[in-house]
Amino acid sequence: MNLFDILGPVMVGPSSSHTAGAVRIGRMARALLGQKPIQAELLLHGSFASTGEGHGTHQALIAGLLGLAPDDSRVPASFALAKERGLEFTFGSCTLRDVHPNSVLIRLEGAQGGRLEVGASSPGGGRIRVFRVDGLDTSFSGELPTLVVHNTDQPGCVSQVTGVLAGRGLNVATLQLNRGGRGGSAVMVIECDQPIPQEAAQEVRALPGILRVTRYTPEEEAL
Amino acid sequence: MIEFTSLDQMLRDTKQSGLPLWENILLSDCARQNIPREESMARMATMLEVMVQADEGYRAGDRSASGLVGGDGGRMAAYAQAGNTLCGPFLSDVMAGALRMGECNACMKRIVAAPTAGACGVLPAVLLPYRRHFGAGKDQLVQALYVAAGFGMVIAERASISGAEGGCQAEIGSAAAMAAPALVHLQGGSPEQMVHACAMAVKNLLGLVCDPVGGLVEVPCVKRNVIGAMDALSAAQMALAGIESRVPADQVLDAMAEVGRSLPHTLRETGKGGLAATPFGMEYAPKEP
Repeated sequence: MNLFDILGPVMVGPSSSHTAGAVRIGRMARALLGQKPIQAELLLHGSFASTGEGHGTHQALIAGLLGLAPDDSRVPASFALAKERGLEFTFGSCTLRDVHPNSVLIRLEGAQGGRLEVGASSPGGGRIRVFRVDGLDTSFSGELPTLVVHNTDQPGCVSQVTGVLAGRGLNVATLQLNRGGRGGSAVMVIECDQPIPQEAAQEVRALPGILRVTRYTPEEEAL
Repeated sequence: MIEFTSLDQMLRDTKQSGLPLWENILLSDCARQNIPREESMARMATMLEVMVQADEGYRAGDRSASGLVGGDGGRMAAYAQAGNTLCGPFLSDVMAGALRMGECNACMKRIVAAPTAGACGVLPAVLLPYRRHFGAGKDQLVQALYVAAGFGMVIAERASISGAEGGCQAEIGSAAAMAAPALVHLQGGSPEQMVHACAMAVKNLLGLVCDPVGGLVEVPCVKRNVIGAMDALSAAQMALAGIESRVPADQVLDAMAEVGRSLPHTLRETGKGGLAATPFGMEYAPKEP
């Protein structure tokens, strides 16, 4: 915690959890998709579903998918902006098990045909936590440089990926690995202490058994 | 170096350092974050600038999502302008400022969470009118923001700044407890007086529950920014008069944490108790999907 967690963030109101955090979730989903989203299905859970309308949560999520920051004055008008930029979206509600009341499941389709499903929560103060990527459980906040690796469940994947990071002097802060089933698809989430260069992500992508690599850099939110 | 876990430690360290309290807060935070002083100061100046912009951008015609909030900042300013007010020009200006900022937040405008979005009106409501009525410069106001943020850090460490955790005392109460020492700083008071002002501001709103109608940051949140600002002013004036908090400040913060933990779930931002559970409030209760 620092002084600007107390005096700040600069944000569009009315709620750090239901508005600012919702923008961040949208931004995170866009970053993980790795391309411009053109189609989005958003399923709101719990308090997001019941009080989201009064908190501008819907507009905030769409604003984030468009890449806007939590302090962008265009957040309330994000629906019109989405139309301009060719992002179609639908909202629904859902009931998820064992997640924070402020949660949403987002299914995205990108301009280059990429698809992604992300589940994320906004527990308070504008902080967020991704709890699901493409149906697999995970847990990361995006506060550290993060590498999300989709791979086939086969021996050696983890050591090869961490080997690439070690070779570039990147220290692994946390590592999570979850798989759908033996020999099926798996998701590896690696949080590092140092920024992860694009070349490192490309090197990981070229490894055998790696299906997709997404690099997430914590936002330089000056405010 | 200030550890931000105790107001007593903050006082002792500041005395040892020989620095003004605001500067010791600034330098301690820079050391913790490993950032240069200039970077921190530029960022704090931006916070002040955003507060001014939000205040100036207020429009009395705006309404919140529910329609429950909007226009009161305009009403208060018009009443103040007419003269012969109950509270006089300065306090009327403070009250109007608190309403304006609270309404800006409810109407999805750009604000500075201080320490939260729901309590964003308290600090600007005392600082911006102070500048107009007492002629403080921008540098002094930025220093006052450091004082406010430093006290806020200790409150967050020792108690809470979240309504969901500690009730409204943790949001509006914390904002008032940050604004009170900031006002003492502006008036040239001592660090000891700032600590007493913080303690008294907390004590006077101890136990305030978080019971928003419809679960929205609207009713009673906007008007509670007014009482937060008034609490800060009265606590600051008491401290400047040499009045002290009998209960030591750190113990007051510990009591605030304890009271927060004791509050039932229904009175901690769930929108299920207090004003939210009145017949009026229930009309706005969220429909379960």
